[in-house]
Amino acid sequence: MQRFSSTGPATSPATVGEAENVSKSFGETRALVDVSLTVQPGECHALVGRNGAGKSTLVSLFTGLNRPDRGAISLAGEAAPSLADRGAWLARVACVYQRSMVVPPLTVAENVFLNRPVEGEGAVINWKRMRAQARGLMLEWGFDIDVDQQAATLTVEQRQIVEIARALSIGARFLILDEPTAALEKAAVDRLFERVRRLREGGVGVLYISHHLEEIYEICQRVSVLRDGELVLTGRVGDISQGNLVAAMVGSAPPRRATEIEAVGKVGSLGGTKLEVKQLTVGSRGGSVYEVDLSVRAGECVGLVGLRGSGTATVADAVVGLIKPRQGSIAIEGSVVPLGSVHATLRRGVGYVPQDRHARGFSPQLGVDENLTHAVLDRIADRFGFVSARRRTEIAQDEAQVLQIVARSLDQPVSSLSGGNQQKVVVGRALASKPSVLIAVNPTVGVDVASKEALLDALSRARDDGVAVLLVSDDFDDLRVCTRLVVMVRGRVTAHFDRAPWDRQRLISAVEGLEVAV
Amino acid sequence: MTAERAVERTPATPRLMARRDFRLVVLNWFRELTLVPVIVVLMIAGSLVNPVFFTTSNLINVAEGGAALGMVVVAESLILLTGKFDISLQGTFGLAPLLGAWLIAPKASQGLGTEWNPWLGLLVVLLVGLAVGTFNGFLVIKANFNAFIFTLAMSILLTGLQLGWLGGQTVYNLPEAYIYLGAESWFGVPVAVWLTIAAFTVAALFLRYHRIGRAMYAIGGNLEAARAAGIQVDRIRIGVFIVASVLAAVGGLMQAGRVTAVTAGQGSNLIFGVFAAAVIGGISLEGGRGRVVGALTGVILLALVTNILTLSNISSTWIDAVDGAIILIALGLAKLIGTERA
Repeated sequence: MQRFSSTGPATSPATVGEAENVSKSFGETRALVDVSLTVQPGECHALVGRNGAGKSTLVSLFTGLNRPDRGAISLAGEAAPSLADRGAWLARVACVYQRSMVVPPLTVAENVFLNRPVEGEGAVINWKRMRAQARGLMLEWGFDIDVDQQAATLTVEQRQIVEIARALSIGARFLILDEPTAALEKAAVDRLFERVRRLREGGVGVLYISHHLEEIYEICQRVSVLRDGELVLTGRVGDISQGNLVAAMVGSAPPRRATEIEAVGKVGSLGGTKLEVKQLTVGSRGGSVYEVDLSVRAGECVGLVGLRGSGTATVADAVVGLIKPRQGSIAIEGSVVPLGSVHATLRRGVGYVPQDRHARGFSPQLGVDENLTHAVLDRIADRFGFVSARRRTEIAQDEAQVLQIVARSLDQPVSSLSGGNQQKVVVGRALASKPSVLIAVNPTVGVDVASKEALLDALSRARDDGVAVLLVSDDFDDLRVCTRLVVMVRGRVTAHFDRAPWDRQRLISAVEGLEVAV
Repeated sequence: MTAERAVERTPATPRLMARRDFRLVVLNWFRELTLVPVIVVLMIAGSLVNPVFFTTSNLINVAEGGAALGMVVVAESLILLTGKFDISLQGTFGLAPLLGAWLIAPKASQGLGTEWNPWLGLLVVLLVGLAVGTFNGFLVIKANFNAFIFTLAMSILLTGLQLGWLGGQTVYNLPEAYIYLGAESWFGVPVAVWLTIAAFTVAALFLRYHRIGRAMYAIGGNLEAARAAGIQVDRIRIGVFIVASVLAAVGGLMQAGRVTAVTAGQGSNLIFGVFAAAVIGGISLEGGRGRVVGALTGVILLALVTNILTLSNISSTWIDAVDGAIILIALGLAKLIGTERA
């Protein structure tokens, strides 16, 4: 295989996918800056980087969901088709996302030929031919799957196969696999690697996105690292040590955030234990957790850190009662709470900032004031249950001020606020109850820098006021308000960092589940 | 850090955020009262069609015709606001008063012959509403049955019971206490009308000022967000089903009083008018949006249309078609004005 010719003249073998000096901004956020990357036929090219590094943006450019502001995308050696021409994109590139795109009630064969006639077929579906072609395709690529099976009964692994087969049958020779192993067990991962090898032998180029660095060493030939939207490293996998790879992801020594995460200066005397979780075991599609012990004292902020699917968010959801644990106990201020009841948990003085603000954060059609007071409705009502408009306004004005919420008025519907202000409303809703325990999951995800500062300020102020804060986050910026970190990998607590400041590289290695390589 | 530590708050922005944005308030009322011009046009049309239209007795007639419908519209609106719906309200509307009447009426007028005290009969009516609402609520909310198909089946069942119980006969000769709501008047206006006005008023105030009312909007707007805020979403939603069924039973009682009998067909096809009135009145089928004031304008509109069609000389077999067309026109109008109904 020829490589390293960078963006050479057209005489070099056609690439299946190429980004040439692409840049992309969303509003003020520069998601990608001058990134060049090629994927050649028969190559598995790893793309790594922390969350927010720009991987998804690059994928969206490669799959025609976005157009680069500057630079060019080419596929199969030709300039990319226009965004409107979905069919042309599908014939050149396919991305297998973590979230499955198969249609459950249809059979495998139908899914493979979704919305596409098989050869020699008119408007009327020739079932026999469709099945035969699907079977032939599976045979050709060595996929072991029954094409008459209903897609709903497939495992995650099999769904991936269906999606890959669909892409191949359209003619795409450029596959993007977005964290394909996140939901797979070990044996399935091995089979996936075998499949990737076969695809490569068949001339397919693969862009392989994964947080699990050891996988990259196993099946990829080249690796590119994105950090803050820039391509910071690209080269042959064999030439780059794991340590250097982590270093590239983390970044080396911009003056302030050197290798240490800036953290709370001193840890004062802590209060009593406010939250105590024992032997928590929860089954969840978002990441099961096993026998987790955790305690948070007044005045400390514990950062629960892990990759998506590691179970950190599951722990938070189980603690507030959104998911019922299989086993374990949860105590607030020393008294055990009934499992699986949000109402009972919140009434004992827990504030909750859910992971996804659109799914669980607010009622979009209602005003800022209403949303801010949803968790304290019983407290702002008189004994007959009638809400005091005055008290609602007071609380809302208070929170709006503390969190610097920007809205025209308190009755402005939250749906019309910016993402950052929506998130402030969600955090305000949790703080309005003056909780003794605050549980926040990714509280700053997807917000602008100024909002992020305001939100983190609010969290550290709560901590200083004696609230026990459990902060679940995979954004290292968030961790600077923490006094102590707990790391989870694949549903289990694997490491503790008890004293700030933390070494970034050691932390990342722990989060990625690597032996400390530094 | 302990709580004693002096906390330096960042100097807050001096200006507090305004509570209300005047423009928003006006816009909301404007949306709520979208149908008022339509009602005015209908009234003009009514007076042109037949001079009888603007007489007191006819207008009271309109109000009386709308009263029973309005009661069920309040009930359905409460459920719609929490993001569910109940088709079987029409079944309760028919079956509840029928059961009560059956137990108190003499054998000669199709009663069972037990001739219970009429007050017991009234209690039975409320209990039927309570029972049906509880059953629906638990199965739709707790057992997670699809509200559409489940309450549709319930509706068919209840209407079928109503028909089968008495073999399609009408129960008549009901005691005064039992038909009081529908037959009596206060200050020249039927009690049923007063009661419906009261129901709308109480519902409006409750939804606006009571914490459960506000929680209902939160639930309808985003169920999971309400749950995550610690609102007892299941309890409230089941409660709403129960209250709604009781209201529907009372509505049925009003209807029975008006005609001083309970027919085997009472309530059938009522639910379509109920949904129409609520939706053209701005209650969202998705939940969380709309006010009962709007729903009231929807009821008034439908009652006027029925009355005007009766007064005009349109053949009665065409009334349904015209009814449907007018609902479509009202929906189109609401869409033009830009409210998010339908």
